[in-house]
Amino acid sequence: MDFFNCIDMYGEAVAVIAEDSEQISYKEFLLIADEIKKHLYERSLVFCICGNNIESIAGYIGFLRGSVVPLLVNMHTNKEALKNLLRLYLPRYVWLPKSMNEDISDCEPVYYYGNYVLLKTSFTSSYSLHDDLALLLTTSGSTGSPKFVRQSYKNIMSNANSISEYLKINDKDRYITTMPMSYTYGLSIINSSLLKGASICLTNKTLMEKEFWRLLKEHNVTSFGGVPYIYEMLKRLRFSRMDLPSLRTLTQAGGRLDKELSLEFATICRDKGIRFFVMYGQTEATARMSYLPPEYAILKAGSIGIAIPGGKFRLQDENGNTINESETIGELVYEGDNVTMGYSNDCKDLCKGDENRGILKTGDIAKRDNDGFYYIVGRKKRFLKIFGNRVNLDEVESMLKTAGYECACDGTDDGMKIFITLKDSPKEVKHYIIENTGINQVGFSVICVPKIPRNNSGKVLYSALQCYGGSLV
Amino acid sequence: MTNKEKYEQVFITCFSLEKTALNDELVYNSLPEWDSVGHMAMITVLEETFNIMIETDDIVDFSSYNKGFEILEKYGIRFNST
Repeated sequence: MDFFNCIDMYGEAVAVIAEDSEQISYKEFLLIADEIKKHLYERSLVFCICGNNIESIAGYIGFLRGSVVPLLVNMHTNKEALKNLLRLYLPRYVWLPKSMNEDISDCEPVYYYGNYVLLKTSFTSSYSLHDDLALLLTTSGSTGSPKFVRQSYKNIMSNANSISEYLKINDKDRYITTMPMSYTYGLSIINSSLLKGASICLTNKTLMEKEFWRLLKEHNVTSFGGVPYIYEMLKRLRFSRMDLPSLRTLTQAGGRLDKELSLEFATICRDKGIRFFVMYGQTEATARMSYLPPEYAILKAGSIGIAIPGGKFRLQDENGNTINESETIGELVYEGDNVTMGYSNDCKDLCKGDENRGILKTGDIAKRDNDGFYYIVGRKKRFLKIFGNRVNLDEVESMLKTAGYECACDGTDDGMKIFITLKDSPKEVKHYIIENTGINQVGFSVICVPKIPRNNSGKVLYSALQCYGGSLV
Repeated sequence: MTNKEKYEQVFITCFSLEKTALNDELVYNSLPEWDSVGHMAMITVLEETFNIMIETDDIVDFSSYNKGFEILEKYGIRFNST
């Protein structure tokens, strides 16, 4: 049975703690979720505009229980991007904060709960949803790309099972949110916690706010997860000197944590008696593909570990042949029940079945050591992880090009470089990029160059751009 | 430059602001630039500007432009405009 249908058994245990500290039991939580689902037709599409609040998470679980397919959108997505998604996906319903009601035209409110409203849109759906389709998640959440990952019921269940198994999640665990729930890593924490009867403390506060730490202490939180940037923040906040006796498990994913920082946290956590899990995944694999068992956190620092229970890794050379030797570089290929069905670019793709057949070519270049631990060494595709968000460099280039700027994008994780020519204003480009990605400007530098270097066929020569360096604008 | 001017300049640079935006309403999360990422960067620039090391409790308590004056005074930074 799917996890969202079998969590009724946790009854009076606390499922979620709202930001105002109200504790909601599984029983109450499911009553809320089931009440929401009554107002939608089965096998219809709903946009779930999410924040870390009870309404979003109850809506999400209600939709899954009611065979309604949610497409999760972060509530901070800019209006134009949201409009574009509505136009492409024609959802029958939108579940959103009342304050955003006016962003959706031509629709009728059919149900209210808390600060949220369920709207029935005027779109006439002329598309169908595949029977296995459970959920649609964005791969980036930033560039407003209409490309979503199609996840099946089996995907969600299988991944939640594997994650809760290796993390040994139980009903004594209590997570606090550190990421948006529309983000695959954030959502996977919610899924695997609910599966095991653990509780989730919901907040939109960040590590840089006093309130976050107050909540963590007051509710005796045992665990949270973080993308690499969260670990930079923890370091900055001198986590090693913090006294947080309830904390038992920390997880890291959403991008590669550099070896030094990884080692530093592995050591701090060992000294504090906290289990530290470095993990690796992609939305295309529902969420998680590997984890480094905490007992190896120091010894194998820098490694993404081993495949999760039920999954398998292999390395493949350029001709598609499996590499059997250790310490040899190749593309990382993953096999497991959590490999998603494929992508969608609009509602017409939602009738499609499983296109991946359980096999995912990750696009990451990796090697395996003699003990069977995997290490990511590079990437085949042109994208960067900026504060946990996957940002496709070619998409940003075409976005800027459409806006009338000549440019080329390159750089490293948490540091994209946008090269523009002297005719454009760096300030303007920077403003445009943060407006459209919703990512903090600290993640980008704009560099003016006399000319974007290209070869004879017009392709950008990225290697030639590197000599321009990265003076911040 | 006075300490106040230096302090103002940190906000203007870190969050791409005009001087007129430096007021009571400038609080954490009141603009997209001042999120957790921007906060961390701003704290670093403040530390470099005033050559101080801000404690954890003060980093997370630094919730507004106005609050910042109070916090920095703890580190011996004076803002008297005389």
